[in-house]
Amino acid sequence: MVSFTLNGEERRFDGDPETPLLWVIRDAERLTGTKYGCGIAQCGACTVHVDGMTRRSCITPIADLEGSSVTTIEAVSGREAEAVQTAWTAIDVPQCGYCQSGQIMSAVSLLQMNPAPSDADIDAAMAGNICRCATYQRIRQAIHDAASSLEG
Amino acid sequence: MGRHEILRPSRRAFLQGAGLVIGVTLAGRGMAANLIQGEPADVQNPEAKAFNAFVRIAPDSSVTVLSKHIEFGQGPYTGLTTLVAEELDADWSQMRVEAAPADDEIYKNLAFGLQGTGGSTAIANSYDQMRKAGATARAMLVAAAADEWGVPAEEITVSKGVISHQASGHSSDFGSLADKAATMDAPSEPTLKDPKDFVLIGKDRPRLDTPSKVDGTAVFTLDVLADDMLIAVVAHPDRFGATVASVDETEARKVPGVVDIKTIPQGVAVYAENTFAALKGRAALKIDWNLDAAETRSSEEIYEEYRQMIGGAQGLEAANEGDVDGAMNGDGITTLSVDLVFPFLAHAPMEPLDAVLMRQADGSIDCYNGAQFPGQDKAAIAEVCGVDPANVRVNTQLAGGSFGRRAQFGSPYMREAAEVFKASGMTRPVKHMWTREDDIRGGFYRPIYVHSLRGAIDGAGNIVAWDQSIVGQSIMNKDELDTTSVEGASDMPYRIANRRVTAHQPKLGVPILWWRSVGHTHTGFAVETFIDQLLDKAGKDPVSGRLALLPDDARERAVLEKVAEMADWGSPLPDGRRRGVAVHKSFSTYVAEIAEVSIGEDGGPKVHKVWCAVDCGVAVNPNIIRAQMEGGIGYGLGAILYDEVTLGDGGRVVQSNFHDYRSLRISEMPQVEVAIIESSAAPTGVGEPGTPPIGPAVANAWRRLTGQPVTRLPIMSAAGV
Ligand code: FES
Ligand code: FES
Repeated sequence: MVSFTLNGEERRFDGDPETPLLWVIRDAERLTGTKYGCGIAQCGACTVHVDGMTRRSCITPIADLEGSSVTTIEAVSGREAEAVQTAWTAIDVPQCGYCQSGQIMSAVSLLQMNPAPSDADIDAAMAGNICRCATYQRIRQAIHDAASSLEG
Repeated sequence: MGRHEILRPSRRAFLQGAGLVIGVTLAGRGMAANLIQGEPADVQNPEAKAFNAFVRIAPDSSVTVLSKHIEFGQGPYTGLTTLVAEELDADWSQMRVEAAPADDEIYKNLAFGLQGTGGSTAIANSYDQMRKAGATARAMLVAAAADEWGVPAEEITVSKGVISHQASGHSSDFGSLADKAATMDAPSEPTLKDPKDFVLIGKDRPRLDTPSKVDGTAVFTLDVLADDMLIAVVAHPDRFGATVASVDETEARKVPGVVDIKTIPQGVAVYAENTFAALKGRAALKIDWNLDAAETRSSEEIYEEYRQMIGGAQGLEAANEGDVDGAMNGDGITTLSVDLVFPFLAHAPMEPLDAVLMRQADGSIDCYNGAQFPGQDKAAIAEVCGVDPANVRVNTQLAGGSFGRRAQFGSPYMREAAEVFKASGMTRPVKHMWTREDDIRGGFYRPIYVHSLRGAIDGAGNIVAWDQSIVGQSIMNKDELDTTSVEGASDMPYRIANRRVTAHQPKLGVPILWWRSVGHTHTGFAVETFIDQLLDKAGKDPVSGRLALLPDDARERAVLEKVAEMADWGSPLPDGRRRGVAVHKSFSTYVAEIAEVSIGEDGGPKVHKVWCAVDCGVAVNPNIIRAQMEGGIGYGLGAILYDEVTLGDGGRVVQSNFHDYRSLRISEMPQVEVAIIESSAAPTGVGEPGTPPIGPAVANAWRRLTGQPVTRLPIMSAAGV
């Protein structure tokens, strides 16, 4: 039995303790905004926040999360999240959209730690998030736009 | 933003009847209890009136467009809706879109003759049809208003969703007149607008699907949920054509959550209560494979066999003009030759293939999937599960990319999903999913191709002969010439008096498929890198040299001139950087690109900037066209730099996931600047045409940087990086 917080609510999971967080979120909790793309921490589609830091949920066993606080795309909030989602929408970043929950979770975390990232900072923080539609140019632009909106 | 509250799509609330009336069709299916989350096709709001197969208008004036094309990123939902809204004179804010049901007649792609998305045809084949659908609905609304108000229809105007008659002072929204209007006669040939009067077409328009893709509420097939649903994965053979000889299920059955295991024609299916149990169960299977019918050649062996073919018997003739052999052997001629090797490529859409199947109380079957050829999927399910096609409903979901992967005649993927469902007994809903490993190793690749090129230059520096042989599997599985093997080469635009293109189409036991831009993935690279080398040898500039070879009326000219102007071609470059150019037509769209490249820290190409000019006729939505050029460039660049699926010894696929089948990452994405040529020609596609020029543009720059032509892809492995 693992107890953790998911999007602000107490949760228990009594299945296989090796189960990756991704499948707990998707199968047991039926929150489907967090995606599967590779299962081996290569693509970032499964990115969530654990205790405020990005985590690849596909390789995080639920057993490691006793007492942790998990936030998914469905509940990400705050100034940075608002700024990122607004910037993403304003320039139509998504194409197929499948990778975008993960992209946004990584971008929010980047801005929380670095309110004015350079292109190199963005490359470093976002290199773990693959977008097969290659929306990268707009991702970079949207992060800069979100950063400027936070300055004001 | 209230995101928590809109966790589920509105249609789910609709299904649960949360304050809304449930549609008759849906109730008739008796499926409301099963589906928890998903987008069923054709859930009709009984109050919304159908004006034709594509347009419905509700009392609240919302206009719903039924998109016959699936949305997996290229923007048809927004594009088709724009076309309807334009002729309907609707306000953009009242427009909605949803997937049309599967119907190969009503919703056929006018370019294919059956329902399907692909070949960059969504806007091209729908341009007149969707405008007519909008214009028809508008005419019916106007007729209803004229009747209601007793005024002449000719005096009625419609603008931004408001119908007005100035003289009498009458005005109405669409919703108030929808009931009556839907009963009016539809004009058989509605008048379409003069393009100069377009209000919506030609302007940047935000995508309708963006909001749900930014807050996590967009529902893809993997997100479809049903009561009591099983998760199924299949253990596939590690060689193409192998079959199950024997299975030891003992350990797999011990995995908690594993419900059952069945052998099906495609492999061994594991059914479980959750995804992790299914994966763990699959990993615990011990399977012996029968290799009697398996393809066991390695990629290296295949390359070698293909090379031999070029020297052997004459291939199928795709182009033959002038006297190639004579010109090659003429006096004062310099010749140049090169062989090119293109590997298998996987599409690797971000969402691997998946489907949810469920049987209703009446025995009919619902399938939820990213249906690129819905009619084919429907037929496959009907055949495998032994039900009448009329009792199969394909509910097209948003799909996480395709790049060609989901478009398959005969629907082999869907056959696997249907076999899995059938073997389960079809009593519980089943979600069948492929993992990334299944995807990378699952075949249906862009085929291996080997090209052999020879060219001749006369003493005055004119390119006088071109001889090209192409070897590779026929995507259309033809014995006679498959035009998809030679498109972009046999019809190359350059005027060269003596020109021959031939093809060999060997058979191989590896399933293959079209991959973003089909034949142009290799012909564009071959033609544009070799012409560059010939021009270089002749002492000509890559841009002016190409222009001199292009006929006066070639649409390639404008994009090439434009891209050269954007990049300020010929201006001094920073130290260590070189540029390459390429121009290529595919799917009737013309694209020129210039890439600025240096040698990166890893010893491979570092692409700094790409300029792109595109001529796709009328630009319905410049925002989406630019996005498709950016994405097409990034997708193509990742492939030519990093990607190959290799068959190792004995025919086993070497790669398995994104660690060894690399995708372009943000740090490798160049800055892309796009210009769209103004045009009044009928619109053509944009999903694929941005891809072919990027490979040769980068390779041409790389040759200038290193002195070595790129003769084998991907560049990184060829460069030993
Ligand atoms: S699914 Fe977790 S990183 Fe790809
Ligand atoms: S938007 Fe399609 S994978 Fe990123």
